Amino acid sequence: MPGITREEVAHLARLSRLELQAEELDHLAEQLDVIIGAVARVSEVAGQDVPPTSHPLPLTNVMRPDEVRPSLTSEQALSGAPAAEEQRFRVPQILGED
Amino acid sequence: MNLVSYEDALASYDPVMGLEVHVELGTKTKMFCGCSTELGAEPNSQVCPTCLGLPGSLPVVNAVGVESAIRIGLALNCEIAEWCRFARKNYFYPDMPKNFQTSQYDEPIAYNGYLDVQLEDGSTFRVEIERAHMEEDTGKSSHVGGATGRIHGATHSLLDYNRAGIPLIEIVTKPIEGAGERAPEVARAYVAELRELIRALGVSEARMDKGQMRCDVNLSLRPNGTETFGTRSETKNVNSLRSVERAARFEIQRHATVLGAGEKIIQETRHFHEDNGTTTSGRIKDNAEDYRYFPEPDLVPVAPSREWVEELRASLPELPRVRRARLQAEWGLSDKDMQAVLNAGAVEPILETIAAGAPADQARKWWLGELARRANETGTELAEQPITPAQVARVCALVAEGKLNDKLARQVIEAVLAGEGEPDEVVAARGLAVVSDDSALGAAVDQVIGENPDVAEKIRGGKVQAVGALVGAVMKATRGQADAAKVKDLILEKLGAA
Repeated sequence: MPGITREEVAHLARLSRLELQAEELDHLAEQLDVIIGAVARVSEVAGQDVPPTSHPLPLTNVMRPDEVRPSLTSEQALSGAPAAEEQRFRVPQILGED
Repeated sequence: MNLVSYEDALASYDPVMGLEVHVELGTKTKMFCGCSTELGAEPNSQVCPTCLGLPGSLPVVNAVGVESAIRIGLALNCEIAEWCRFARKNYFYPDMPKNFQTSQYDEPIAYNGYLDVQLEDGSTFRVEIERAHMEEDTGKSSHVGGATGRIHGATHSLLDYNRAGIPLIEIVTKPIEGAGERAPEVARAYVAELRELIRALGVSEARMDKGQMRCDVNLSLRPNGTETFGTRSETKNVNSLRSVERAARFEIQRHATVLGAGEKIIQETRHFHEDNGTTTSGRIKDNAEDYRYFPEPDLVPVAPSREWVEELRASLPELPRVRRARLQAEWGLSDKDMQAVLNAGAVEPILETIAAGAPADQARKWWLGELARRANETGTELAEQPITPAQVARVCALVAEGKLNDKLARQVIEAVLAGEGEPDEVVAARGLAVVSDDSALGAAVDQVIGENPDVAEKIRGGKVQAVGALVGAVMKATRGQADAAKVKDLILEKLGAA
């Protein structure tokens, strides 16, 4: 099991727009490596007869009818927003896009 | 850099296209929650903890969304997955409050299909379908503080999440090869056919002007005679049939220009500009694009039973291609005539005119004649002309009743187009009606015969073809309001030549 590299942590940080210092990269690479290693141990006990799953319940086709349910009011929807304007969520300047 | 002409581009290069079409389904509610999808609501009034991605909320799939996806897949001749899952597409952008879009990744609900599209010359081109998968639309952002609402230079952005979570079906073609110079036409014909199909299925209105259907045009060039694909550009959110064609055409010319100068095409997204038909650079697709897809843990797999799939297959409506063939047979048209009807966009107007009581040949005559000419001249769609099928049908009825002849009918149509009211109002207001009163007509005929004794003599002597001159004179005297056939009979009768 190859360990998670410093470069991988830097890549993930960039995707998440997190600014990490050099020492944080080292530190997090080490910590993430431990976490991934722990999770990977599950694969060791799961034999060929245990297929990978994305859900703990053996269910399929759980669907709901196409019927409108009440929404939140816009006041309720915006009540938890750090900033709002014109009944919309206000977010900081978006960079690196055009 | 001067743009290489389209012909020169095609002389050296072979275009390969990929088309990605997003269709917003017309379900009442969103894909994963019960919020309404109604357009035009107050900002952020159709949102709930699920589509806002609030902690503890759980999505549940809309059954009609899944059913619509399967029906689209079947209509596109796709295989329907026996088991598939949703996946999270993770990205950092505020148009999805969850910070990911629920989509499908390597397990689409429908795959490996095709759609046959008809080109303007009547030939058929088969577009292979890679997949059709379920996902959700994003919220709407507006950018404040910059020039004309662009992100560039904006100080901040505002988000309305009413649209976030509306069901989308993304339909992706396999690489379209071998279309050559007709690639832009194939792109347009494909999107047009798909739009008709979606409407026939009743799963969406597929209005491109309302963003209910949008097309990404991926295009690359390779030197003629080679196999390896070139680097592609992705022109995003093209929102009309005409623009799809123009965008493909422009990109062919642009790629050829760049490649011809010995430079490389950059893999990037591009924006199409309606005003001048060009594209400009958007976002460069570097290796930072990494969506980290993984199976959605909050949703269970979708495993449509074969019984359900077959039930849906059996209940598919008549598909556009089949319908066109049926109408062609019903109307008794040659391939060429039917193609003229299709190219003019006249199928629906003709059908509605027939439904309003007109005979098929009459309905076709008006929509392909006067009205198509006017649409052409004004650069508008046939269906948008300021005359209704019911009004055209009424004019046909007036002709059938002998109240109007062809010439007068034309005047009535023109008057209706000019906003003078209903056909009957025009007839009354302008005093347009065929003179069928025999005595009035008889008087006019007598007068014309009296004024042209030499012609009359020839006809009496057996030169029946000379009657045309007298008919013309009578028509002139009655200001075109007589029935020419009747006038002819009357003259021949009076001159004993009938």
